[in-house]
Amino acid sequence: MIKRFLFVSCMLYTGFVQAQDKPQAFTGALIYPISGPAIPGGVLVVHKGKIVSVGAAGSSIPAGAEVIDVTGKVIMPGLVDSHSHLGGPQGGDASAALNPDARAMDAVNPTSDGFKKALAGGITTINIMPGSGHLMSGQTIYVKMREGKIIEDILITNEKGVYGGLKMANGTNPMRTTPGVFPGTRAKSAAMVRELFIKAQEYKKKIEKAGTDSSKLPERDLRMESLVEVLNGKRVVHFHTHKANDILTAIRLGKEFGFKPVLHHVSEGWKVADEIAAAGIASSIITIDAPGGKLEAMQVSLTTGAALEKAGAAVGFHTDDGITDSRFFLRSAALMARAGMSKEKALEGLTLAGAKMLDLGSRIGSLQKGKDADFIILNGDPFSIYTRVEQTWVEGIKRWDISRPADKAFLFGGYDVYSPIRGEFHQHVDEEQ
Amino acid sequence: MKKILNIFLLLPLAFAVQAQIAIKAEMIYPVSGAPIRNGIVLVKNGKIESIGTNITIPSSYKIYETKVLTPGLVDARSVVGLSGALNIPIDQDQLEKSTPIQPDLRAIDAYNPEETLVKVIRDYGVTTIHTGHGVGALVSGQTMIAKTKTGTVETVTVQPFSMLAMTIGPSVSSNFTSPGTKAKQIAMIRTQLIKAQGYLKKQSNKDSSKTLATDMKLDALVKLLQGEVKALVTANSSVDIMSAIRLAKEFNFKLVLNGAAEAYRLIPEIKNANAEIILHATMARNGGDMVNMTMESASLLTKAGIAVSIETGYEGYVPKTRILIFEAAEAMAFGLSFEEALKAVTLNPARLLGIADKVGSIEPGKDADLVFFNGDPFEYLSKVCGVMIDGVMVKEGCQ
Repeated sequence: MIKRFLFVSCMLYTGFVQAQDKPQAFTGALIYPISGPAIPGGVLVVHKGKIVSVGAAGSSIPAGAEVIDVTGKVIMPGLVDSHSHLGGPQGGDASAALNPDARAMDAVNPTSDGFKKALAGGITTINIMPGSGHLMSGQTIYVKMREGKIIEDILITNEKGVYGGLKMANGTNPMRTTPGVFPGTRAKSAAMVRELFIKAQEYKKKIEKAGTDSSKLPERDLRMESLVEVLNGKRVVHFHTHKANDILTAIRLGKEFGFKPVLHHVSEGWKVADEIAAAGIASSIITIDAPGGKLEAMQVSLTTGAALEKAGAAVGFHTDDGITDSRFFLRSAALMARAGMSKEKALEGLTLAGAKMLDLGSRIGSLQKGKDADFIILNGDPFSIYTRVEQTWVEGIKRWDISRPADKAFLFGGYDVYSPIRGEFHQHVDEEQ
Repeated sequence: MKKILNIFLLLPLAFAVQAQIAIKAEMIYPVSGAPIRNGIVLVKNGKIESIGTNITIPSSYKIYETKVLTPGLVDARSVVGLSGALNIPIDQDQLEKSTPIQPDLRAIDAYNPEETLVKVIRDYGVTTIHTGHGVGALVSGQTMIAKTKTGTVETVTVQPFSMLAMTIGPSVSSNFTSPGTKAKQIAMIRTQLIKAQGYLKKQSNKDSSKTLATDMKLDALVKLLQGEVKALVTANSSVDIMSAIRLAKEFNFKLVLNGAAEAYRLIPEIKNANAEIILHATMARNGGDMVNMTMESASLLTKAGIAVSIETGYEGYVPKTRILIFEAAEAMAFGLSFEEALKAVTLNPARLLGIADKVGSIEPGKDADLVFFNGDPFEYLSKVCGVMIDGVMVKEGCQ
């Protein structure tokens, strides 16, 4: 009897998480497609996990579609968090400062409770990064907030054919007191990175020289393979950097080796906004309420978003969860708007700009025909404290709904809602940011 | 020449303090009463002179205008001023780790009114802070109350010794070899309090030859036993909150529960013990002994009839302090009414701290501590456009 009951539940469950067979049309909401102007009372049609159409009020709805009236609500793309530590990514250990071979995918727990925070905050795609305590702490992973049992269930492959970038860091975090293994100065940090990239350039040459003759290929080297992907423009470098001089060092290294890093945190980005823009480099900002806590963040400013926007540089946001909580991700953009960023660019920073930083801009980040049906439904203005995310949809599946008590609990918290047993919470907060 | 210069320098200062000011606001939230639309507040000699709609502004008064006016915010519990933004040993004075019980440590000997973070929170509308020794020792030291204006400790202090900062929980065992367990934590506190009881008895002896030599630690604990100061006990889990209540009952001291992440589970027990609550920041990280926190706590406790004060608390990393108005805003977003949320960062903490005769609401006779907003104080996009402490504008311009 128990067995039978279980079987039935499993069947029901499977049925529940599958995308609807028939199209679904959401009508009446103010739609922010991001790729174009806002549509009052618009119509969003999704089917089989993809967006079928986004149109003005009265747009045609496919025959047989389920019509969901969301009049008075707001619909925007699912949020893209370009830098988070949910799921326990770990990364390199204390044996080396450069770990381009370490993969977050070998560490992250796809069933972690932490992902419920992301869903409750309206986040549908995350770049999960190892920490910043290394010059290179490892390979990051791009994941969708699908229901996952094994890591492959949630990975998402980008336009370049990879499902992650490479995490790098400069400044004080990777500087440690183990001479010979970790750098003790900024110049040594850059020298160690350059040395490894020069090695990778030579490795790359050998591969190219071998051509189709596999017998001439160099011996496999996991660290080199990952860096060759960077040199080939396939794997994006996500570069943790705070101070203006460190930001410029990250840009300089990228220039020398022919890659464009995405700059992360950029606490002093407001000082070098023009230089960042001139290099054509995107920045992913963390919104921090107050300065300090570490020397590099003494001059962090909410005006960085506005400064970068004004200079013409691409701006995205991230939670760096657990530095900030995924449930408050919308707030990150709101505070930057408070300090002068345009609402338009602030919304783009939460969505399309972040997607582009992961080379996923053709698939997610805006509401356009053919893109993944990742969207959120809000009960008001995304920039208001009075607004709540009510539903989070991932590839046409409603993954989070505030009207379901169990889901609501992940937003509010409470007794035994989050447990260290079921979550892989980031343990080394001191090392991050 | 020197004399002339001195007089010259003093004059503007004297004017600044003595200035008589009128503030016209589209909306005034006095907190002590109903909101006033298109109201006027008069400020004279650093105090609120009057508040209302039917007020004639004397011609000598300097006029300010604002959309929204609230009382200066009161942060119920912070370590700012002892804990600095740099987060390096020279500016971290909130926790002395040599021994776990140090009630003799005075906050006034460490508070730095010029600290960067004091300016940061002041610019966001905090005019009064209850600050001092931090979380992480059984008794980490004393707390104090200060205005966030600049000056010397002597000129900014409202109360030099407000409470004794105590902690029950895992942070204590991570900072000290002993106590290493919950039971040992309580045993060590009880031992000291029993010692203080004995000391108090001996010191009360009229025959001075029979009194003991002065013991600064025990003197501070005696103040607790005699009800002169309250115990500010940081306890988050249900077990630790109950330990705090049990201790307060055994030694008959006034208990303020701080942090109190699971207080919502113990409402009858807390009411029964007459314990007051300073609640953790709404957006606090839900790790460690705060894993069971809910962002609805302020709302649940308020609805149960417990006055809630919201704190910014202690931050060990980035950001190094929280911003009180942001934390109150989220408490509102999670169920607290607008009025109660504003009260939780003004009048409630003022009452809890015993300074409601001076701050916490806009009422005649109270200190002229005011915050100017250009819209709903809790909205993300609203800005703080002016801060006044004791009748002096300490910040102008919107942020």
